Amino acid sequence: MITHYGYCDGSGEYYIIIDSDKCNGCGKCVQVCPQKALQLETEFIDLEDKTIAAVAEAHRKKIKYTCSACKPETNKTPCILVCEFKAISSVWNPR
Amino acid sequence: MSQPTTEFWRWQEYHRIMPNKKWTKKDLITAGVDVGSVGSKAAIMVNGEAYSWGITRTGSNSPESAKKALDYALQDTGLRVNDLKYIVGTGYGRVNVPMANKAITEIACHAKGANYIWGPSVRTVLDVGGQDIKAIRIDETGRVVSFLMNDKCAAGTGRGMEVFADLLKIPIEEIGEISLRVDKEPEPVSCTCVAFAKTEAMGLLRKGWSKEKVLAAYTRAMAVRMANLINRVGLEKEVVITGGQSKNIGIVTRIEVILGVKTLPMPKWRENGLDPMVAGALGAASFAKSLYEKAQRG
Repeated sequence: MITHYGYCDGSGEYYIIIDSDKCNGCGKCVQVCPQKALQLETEFIDLEDKTIAAVAEAHRKKIKYTCSACKPETNKTPCILVCEFKAISSVWNPR
Repeated sequence: MSQPTTEFWRWQEYHRIMPNKKWTKKDLITAGVDVGSVGSKAAIMVNGEAYSWGITRTGSNSPESAKKALDYALQDTGLRVNDLKYIVGTGYGRVNVPMANKAITEIACHAKGANYIWGPSVRTVLDVGGQDIKAIRIDETGRVVSFLMNDKCAAGTGRGMEVFADLLKIPIEEIGEISLRVDKEPEPVSCTCVAFAKTEAMGLLRKGWSKEKVLAAYTRAMAVRMANLINRVGLEKEVVITGGQSKNIGIVTRIEVILGVKTLPMPKWRENGLDPMVAGALGAASFAKSLYEKAQRG
């Protein structure tokens, strides 16, 4: 399951994308995020509970601000670089 | 003398039992309770088939709304809460469904529910809820492949439509049809934020725009926003819309035009009575059956 967290507005679009099939729930991204925007969550996938990284509920509707410091470094942000399974990626298309 | 107040936004709460369906003590009876930000839905399944449901307005207290919806679904069925073998809670208030055996995200439940209502050909589900929009790509089993939730507030959602119904004094059920009564589609309003869009709409009304035109401009803006979300997760046919706005013909028609998807398959509920608004609750009840059977197997 691929989850998109982010926004699309007049300034462009920005999404952090987490692939639950690749994520093993190691939590390294949670540690390195300077904004503490990520957390480990239990997701219900194929009738099983799986622990995976996710953007914390409190940050989901303000990613524009939470991720603004890292945003210009598309695909070179700490969370993306630390993940050895390439489970995290991002897109940024400014308008 | 004071003017009687009419609440144009207030949509109809209702409950329904599927005709020609019966249950016995031997059947596996499960329930799904979907506490949304605006509506609370509960669905009862007998052996994995939809049996009854209830749709109510979510109040200020999630556990109470969950109970109200479930009681409404059970009403006149002869079933009691004790007859339910497994209950899954979902939606915005899923952690506050006290009678639930398990909570599952509404993403998984809407995917499963859409698969149940329309069958295995569905690949893209657009769930337009009271306070958010979700674009979900699924496979033929109803498993979530990819999903995206809108980031902000009530922009382009059911609650936004309620605000416009009130502003324009048009009953919410008629808003979609009336928004289509324009000769030429106006430019969409520039603000999708409900608070700003309302201000913008008032300005347009003062400029002499008709209600129909204002509504068309707002509905258009919402549809553009939804289409953007779908394009991000990738458009694949068949496309369906769940949630309360699936009943808004103004939204549905415009999304079809923008996406160039000629025929969004007619929701089957027009034929067999299933309501796309209870997709999440049906999905939850379906998971409840699978989870109960899994627990029995040990």
